[in-house]
Formats: sequence, C-alpha cells, structure tokens
Amino acid sequence: MRDSIRLGGGAGFAGDRLDAAADLAERGELDYLVLECLAERTIALAQLRRRRDPETGYDTRLVERVESLLPIIARRRIRLVSNFGAANPLAAADAIRDVARRMRIPIKVAAVTGDDVLDALDLGAPTMETGAPLSTFAPIVSANAYLGAEALLPALASGADIVVTGRVADPSLFVAPLMHEFGWRADEVDRLARGTAVGHLLECAGQLCGGYFADPGRKEIPDMAHLGFPFADVDSEGDAVLGKVAGTGGRITRATATEQLLYEVTDPHGYLTPDVTADFSAVALTETAPDRIAVRGAQGRTRPDKLKVSVGYLAGYVGEGEIGYAGANAVGRAQLAAQILRERLDGRFAELRIDLVGSTSLHGRAFDRDERPYEVRLRVAARGRSAEEAGIVGDEVEALYTNGPAGGGGTRKYVNEQIGIVSTLIDRARVHPSVTLREWDAHAEVV
Amino acid sequence: MPKLYDLAHCRAGDKGNTSILSVIAYRPEDYAMLADKLTVSAVGAHLRGIVQGDIRRYELPQLSALQFVCEHSLNGGVTTSLALDAHGKSLSFALLELEI
Repeated sequence: MRDSIRLGGGAGFAGDRLDAAADLAERGELDYLVLECLAERTIALAQLRRRRDPETGYDTRLVERVESLLPIIARRRIRLVSNFGAANPLAAADAIRDVARRMRIPIKVAAVTGDDVLDALDLGAPTMETGAPLSTFAPIVSANAYLGAEALLPALASGADIVVTGRVADPSLFVAPLMHEFGWRADEVDRLARGTAVGHLLECAGQLCGGYFADPGRKEIPDMAHLGFPFADVDSEGDAVLGKVAGTGGRITRATATEQLLYEVTDPHGYLTPDVTADFSAVALTETAPDRIAVRGAQGRTRPDKLKVSVGYLAGYVGEGEIGYAGANAVGRAQLAAQILRERLDGRFAELRIDLVGSTSLHGRAFDRDERPYEVRLRVAARGRSAEEAGIVGDEVEALYTNGPAGGGGTRKYVNEQIGIVSTLIDRARVHPSVTLREWDAHAEVV
Repeated sequence: MPKLYDLAHCRAGDKGNTSILSVIAYRPEDYAMLADKLTVSAVGAHLRGIVQGDIRRYELPQLSALQFVCEHSLNGGVTTSLALDAHGKSLSFALLELEI
C-alpha cells in the first residue's frame, strides 16, 4: 500500500480553464486528476440534449478536455476521474475512446451509470425544498441520484485509465480513489469524513487557490490570470496537505482554505454525502510552508439512509431586456422607464422583475447611503410560457428608444429556456450503479 | 463606525433557495467579539428584504468562523429566480457592509 496519494482538482465547473488543468497534470506529479464538471442544472440541460440526439448528453467540452489531457495523463500515468459524462456516461466513454484512437493512445475507459433514476421516480414523493410532491413540478425532464464513492470502486478496480460518471456527489469523486488505494471500508466513517473534507476543498479547483477570494488591497492574490489548480497529498488515515504547483499564480493560505471548507455547507457539524455524515467543526488548517496547508480533524458519523435526487423540470422561458442611462438624472430617467414598462407588462406576466443595474440590481437596495451612480442600466425580466411570449419583454424595452425617456442607449434582449431543479430522496435499494468498459489499443484494432 | 468588512472576510454559497454566508475573522482574537455582535437577529435585520426565512448560525471557533444559513433568500431558488444574481453570490459583500 502506498504511504500517500496525490489527488489533483482540475476543474471546478463545466466551463473551467483548460490550461490550468493541463499544467497541473503536467507538473503536479499527480496520481489522480479529478474534474468536477456537473452543476445541478447542467445535467438537466444535458438530458435535453440527449433527448434530441441519443449520442450526446455528455459535457459539451469533454472532447476538448480529453484532447488536452490525454497525452499528459498517458505519459505520466495519471488516472482521470470525472463526472463529465453528465446525462450520458456511456456515450462519453465512446467519445473518449474515439479521441484516444485518433491520437493513437491506448486507453481503457470505465463508465459508471445508474444515477439516472427518472424511471424509478415516485411522483408523489415530497421535494426537499417545500415538501410539495414532485408531481407539482412538470414536465420533469431528468432525475439523477447522487451516487457515492462506492459506485466508482469497480471502475477503479478494473484498472481503467479514465473513470467517467454522471451524477456523483462532488467529494465522492475524490473519496473513491482513496477508498480504492487505501482499502477504506464503507463503515470507516472518520477516514471517509477526512477524505470528504479533502474532496470538498479540491472540488472547486481554483477557488482553493485564491480564485473567488481576491479583493485588491485587502486579500491580495498574485498572478490570477495564471491561477494554479490545487492538489492534496492524502495519507492512509485521510490526513492531507494541500498545495499547488510552484510558479503558478494564486495562493493557498488558511484563509483561502477556510472559505472553501465552509463553502455551500448548510451544516458544518453534519455535511451529508452518500458516503458519510462529516463534521468539519473540528478541522484544523495549519500552514506548513508557503502554499501548503495541512488538513486534519474531520470526524464522521454514519452515512444517510437515502440518496438525494436532483430533479430537473421545464420552468418556462425567461425574457430579458436591458437599456442604459447616464449623466444628469440617469436614475430618474431609468425609474421612469421602469414605470412605463411596469404599466405595459404587469398583468401580461405572472412574474415580472425590474432592476437598476449599477444601483440596486444585486441586493434590492444600496447599503451605502452615498451611492449615486453616474450611469445606470435598467434590466427587466419576466417568465413566459413560450419563447414568443417571453420575447415580448425585450421588444418592449427596445421600444423605449422611440417611446421612452431621453438618452436611453445600448439595448439588449434575450430569451432563455429555464430548467428548474428540485430535490427529493430515494431508497438506496432502488439505485443500481453499474460499470461498462470501453477500450482501444492499436494492436487490438481490426484493420 | 467600522464595518464587518474591516474585520472579516465572507463568501456566499447557495443550495436551492438557501444562501450560506461564511464569515471568517482575519484575526482569531476578533472571533469572540464577532460571535457576540453577529447575532442571528443582527444579521436578519441587516439583510431585511433579502433573507425571507429563518437564519441558523453555526459557531466554528476552531476556524474563527461563523456560518449563517439563510433560508428563503434567493427569490425562490437559484434555478428559477428572475434575479440577475440568482445564486446570491454577491450577498457576501452585502453582509460585509454591516456596521460593527
């Protein structure tokens, strides 16, 4: 058994930077590279793509990511784990094999499926958000259970170079290699909790290294244009040291690590994953060297009985329109425009929202009493039942050119389909993960 | 009057219609004072109009941090909100405007 395993966090969301991941793979001396590419709504959008074309439904940047990383991970013998299979891990595995064939790099890909529970869904089950039954959210287009690390173990045991999944709890993508390498059992709750803390720290990649942290003059982070992505050296007990590649931008400090440890945690004493209930309250973060933070002390309790399911439904179309005002009485003219639009649109839409960007759009009001913008941008949004109906919003804003207050400029209009997400719980017994292998090497190819 | 911005940093996260605000003291010695002043009611009053539900506060002295879990704070939820910042990611800096 190895003393320690190095895990890298190579993506924090589907659109994350490719160059930083390639640099981490090339110079990070990694054992595993994990790419977290699947936000809640991303998988519902992917499911819609798959409905239109059964060969799609995986991350739209998957091919680009694999082309960039495959030569490096093959040369350096790094195993790649990612949820970039999104709504179609099997098609993703095929796509990865095609890239490998094109690049003449032997490959074994393991696709983990079973998270798609749309057919097993009980529409009478309550949603976690409001308690209302799932049937009140229609039409439902996707339902994906959060699989845990155990679902990835057969894939890792198969020796696959790349493990591609759909919905898996983000930290579990990191816990799985640790269970595999160190032989952790599913009831070793403290080890699993420590691994979960490490996974949670790495899962947003750059956010551990000063990304989404910087505030000039207050929280200085160097060279953010070349922000490095993080890694962790994890030992067989789950104790870890965080770090990043020398010469990359960014910084890892107790402060950056604390922000990331607590990020999106609704209960620091009971962070729920399919693997464990983790208590982060006793975690100690210690700086051992520049850009090196030791992580210890997470504690575990029994994992939840049920698995969380993320359910996507079609929530209509959102129409938006914007127009800008500047100079003397900019806010007054924008408010007049808002009043005109409210009169024309109220009643036509169930839900209408009007904001002054530059003034009150983010918090509804200004917390700073001296606030007085030189320019302000009016933004109107409403939900329609069809794209055509939603389009009225932008058209009405545009009509302010010839019918509205003086000096309005720079109109923009948008219509977007909206996918809503609600959550429910499902019995573990109703979720059946499985693994499918795809391989390619030049010798086996039939010419 | 000093603002929370001068004493602590903050990051906002989201889960559904819940906003999670982490407040972390720059200096560990300020933690006790912040824990004293940043009560649930002080934060609720400061974020009136934004937080529409209950606030739970978790004390994390080991991390010099307070975690505020604010329900019904994201206009119905990240995925269906009409707000420009549907995730409420900028709410961290609304909280940091609080005068201490």
